[in-house]
This record gives sequence, C-alpha cells and structure tokens, in this order.
Amino acid sequence: MNYRRSYFIVTCIAFGFAFLYVPILSMVVFSFNASKLVTVWDSANSPTLKWYYLLVHNEEILDAAWISLKVAVINASGSVILGTLAGFGLARFTKFRGRFTLNAMTTAPLVMPEVITGLSLLLLFVALEQTIGWPAGRGITTMTIGHMTFSMAYVTVVVQSRLASFDSALEEAAMDLGARPLKVFFVITLPIIFPAVLSGWLLAFTLSWDDLVISSFTSGPGSSTLPMVVFSKVRLGVSPEINVLATLTISVVTLMIIGVSLWMARTSRLEKASA
Amino acid sequence: MALPYLWLLLFFVVPFVIVLKISFSDIDLAIPPYKPLIEWIGKNSLAIKLNFNNYAFLFTDSLYLNALLNSIKVAFISTVLCLLIGYPMAYGIARSTASTRNVLLLLVILPFWTSLLLRVYAWIGLLKANGVINNLLIWSGAIHEPLNMLYTPFAMYVGIVYSYLPFMILPLYANLEKMDWTLLEAAEDLGCRPSQAFFKITLPLSRNGMLAGSMLVFIPAVGEFVIPALLGGPNALMIGRVLWDEFFSNRAWPVASAVAILLLAILVPFMMWYQSVQARESAGAR
Repeated sequence: MNYRRSYFIVTCIAFGFAFLYVPILSMVVFSFNASKLVTVWDSANSPTLKWYYLLVHNEEILDAAWISLKVAVINASGSVILGTLAGFGLARFTKFRGRFTLNAMTTAPLVMPEVITGLSLLLLFVALEQTIGWPAGRGITTMTIGHMTFSMAYVTVVVQSRLASFDSALEEAAMDLGARPLKVFFVITLPIIFPAVLSGWLLAFTLSWDDLVISSFTSGPGSSTLPMVVFSKVRLGVSPEINVLATLTISVVTLMIIGVSLWMARTSRLEKASA
Repeated sequence: MALPYLWLLLFFVVPFVIVLKISFSDIDLAIPPYKPLIEWIGKNSLAIKLNFNNYAFLFTDSLYLNALLNSIKVAFISTVLCLLIGYPMAYGIARSTASTRNVLLLLVILPFWTSLLLRVYAWIGLLKANGVINNLLIWSGAIHEPLNMLYTPFAMYVGIVYSYLPFMILPLYANLEKMDWTLLEAAEDLGCRPSQAFFKITLPLSRNGMLAGSMLVFIPAVGEFVIPALLGGPNALMIGRVLWDEFFSNRAWPVASAVAILLLAILVPFMMWYQSVQARESAGAR
C-alpha cells in the first residue's frame, strides 16, 4: 500500500487518544491519593490504599453491587437467548412476515434516548399491575425486563453481523445430508456464531451493570443498583471511594477485553488455517 | 423468532401506546397520579375523555420549547465536533498496518466498555475549581485564578463529545475499512493532489459511515440526562432533564408523557433515516 504517513493524521490520533484516556488515567492516579479533596495531591501520605480499604467495607456500595450483579447476569443470559434468535432470524430468513417490524424493533432501542424507554417501561408496569396484578411492585424483576429489552437489541446486531459474514452453505449441506433444522442450529450454526454470542453476553452484562436511567425508572424501594448509588454520591461532587470503584472497574474491563480479543484472534487464525 | 418478536412488542412497542394514552390524561393526586381516560358513566354510556391540556401546557410555558431547542442545538454541535475529531482518527486507523490497527481499535472500544457514569464523573475531577486542569495551569503560571469550567455549557459539551466519540469512530472505521484505496492512487496518477483526491473520492464514498455515526451520536444526545445533570449545572436546560424532573420531582406523569411523545415525534424521522442508511450500508457490503 502506497500511503504516505501524514503528520496531520498522526497528531489527530495522538490527541484523540489523549482525550479519551487522560480522564480515565486521572481517576486511577487519584484513587491512591490520601487527601479527601481527591484532586489535590497529598504528597506526604500518598500513595495509599486507604480508600480501597474503605470501599470494600462500605455496606451501601456492596449491597448495591450485589443487586447490580444479579440483574446483570440474568439480563445477559436472557438477552443472549432472545438476541441470538432475533439475529439468526434476520440474517438467515430474508423474507418472512414481520421481518421489517422485527428489524425496526431491534434497531430503535440502540438509539432511543433512555429517558423515553425508562418512562414508557415504568408506565407499562404500572398499567399491568393495575389490570392483571403483575408485576406486584417494582424491583429486580422489572429492572431486568427493562435491561433485557435494550440489551437484546445489541446482541441481535452482533449475532446478525457475524452470520452475515458466513455463507449458509455449511448449514445447507448439513440439511441436505438429512440433519433436522434444530440439530443444524446446535451442531453447525451455534459453534460458528459462538464468539458473537459470547461478546453479546459480555456486552449485555456491561450495559446492564452501567445503566442508570432505565434502572431509576423501573426500580422500587430497596433495590438501588450500583450506578444509582454512585450517581447520588457524585451529584454532590467528587468522592475518593468512587475513584477506587472506577479504578477497579477499569482494571477488570481491561483484563477482560484483552483476554477475549487474544482468544478471538486465535480462533480466527484457526478458522483461516482450516479454510 | 416469535419469542423476541413478542418480547419487543410487549416491552418496547406497547409501552409507547401507554405513554401516548397517559399524555392525554388529567393529573390526579393518587397512586398512580393520573386519571383514567375511559370511564363508565351512568348505565350504558362510556365516556372517553381526551385531555389536550398537557400539550397546550408544553407550548404555552416557554420552558419546554426552550429546552427542546437547546437540546437539539447541543446535540447538533456535539455531533459536528465528534465528526471533526472522529473522522481523522477513523481514517488513520483504517490506513494503518493490520497489527497497529487492532491495537488502536481496542483502544477505541475500551472506554466504551467502561461505565459511562464513571467516565463522566472523571471530568468533574478534571474541571472543578481545584481540579486537575486548574491546578496544572496555576502551577505552570499560565493563570492566577482558577477558571470556572465545571457546571457550564463548556463542561457539558466536553462530556457529550467525550462519551459519544467511540460511537462516531466505529461506524466510520467500518465504512473506511472497506474503501478501495487504489481509487486514490488512480486519482493521484491522473494528477490529482492528495487533498483534492480526499475531497473528491474518500469523503463522498464515506457518506454512509458519516451519516450512521452522526445518528448514533445525535439521537441519544438529544435526550441525554446523565451528562447535563452531572456537568451542566442547574442552568443546563436539556429536554431529558426536564422529563426526569417532571416525573421524579413534580410527579407530573401526564406532562412527562407528553414531553416524551413530543421528543419521540422529533426523533422518529431520524431513526428511520438511520435504519435506511444501515440497510444501504449492509446491501453495499454484499
């Protein structure tokens, strides 16, 4: 490729990444700061793990994290089932009744402002409770349903694009050899789309773990999630414990992303080698 | 397929019908705080009462229209800024060697996986009066008094551009990656200057990528709540925040519903546009 490295582009990339990463790194650095003022470095007593100790003994944050974890795991598992079915349907069946609607319904949640989705879900739950008595009150169940509705849209997109890059010859061959559709799906299709399903699960987990707006609308008393607790704290300004929480989040995400991408690079090399 | 279809129908489409219904009800001091639309009155008569007051209220009190216009302005400017910053980055990533490209892409995706709330929070620490930026500037002698940055429109723009930048870069990259760069070589062989070739070939060919990225930034940014609430200060008038306050602070559910319907009416054409761009893009890929 005859492409001259342009200084303009290199500078843009450097500044762009600095813009993306300076805030993240600043939270990591100041999580070790002893001062309660957070951003004023107390060089006499820092670095310290004081706030780490306080965070892991903070009952309010631990309780909220436990609720968030439960919602995120159920949400991710449910979204993967619904999203895989929808993505498979959209990628493999180009003509069926309701395809247009299904496509529209899986694209819209990606861009829909969360305040609208949250408000509409809450009003649905209230109306359902009035007419059929379910769900009685709001809490983990209603939050999970709300999260699944937008998470499955992301899973659908990931699965659909993975299937679009694979032609259906393998599936057709298996079908010609007499395999039943359900067997073809589990023996051929599922292994092919497994990387997409896995990243869909992780994506759905993260979306739910981070969500503030839809949780706030659909949660009930006593079911505050981690983002809801964080939001009420940071509304009052910076807090050293939140910096610690951010540092822990960033570490876990970084390790996970690197692990998954190494694993995927290996799988795609194997795929290319066997093709 | 029927399962996701029914799920989305019940939990995504039906709720909007209910929002529409409640936007026409009266406010009531009860739980839930609105009156039913349909009532049996007397023996065999059914009364349906549509109350347009909530909408009339939105258009008489200038707060709502101002918030809506301001949200559209903020979202539009943020989209343009994301495009200006994101385009050179996506272009550079698409034209780098395969191994660098993977690392750079990973670096774009990583912040996207980290909590949005925490990343917005990071800017409070950077921008506040005794925050990192002010401390650095005072220490270097550039200023003597701390600059007032937090809780201003400036802080809100920084937060929105920062949070939505990956949503601009990724679709742009996906589009530029498929570009046939030999077209540029051909143009240069025929005597085109590199800048001319860029504006005549690369830019028009990446139109769908630019549109998709812009929609992914613009549509959610119009209704953004978290960023204006944390960085914008009390005067940051955004429609998502107005809806939130009507709902949580004033318990005016019908008014909040009317705001949601109005916002939706403005955003639906953009969503349809986005979907048609996506359809064109995937049709072009095959």
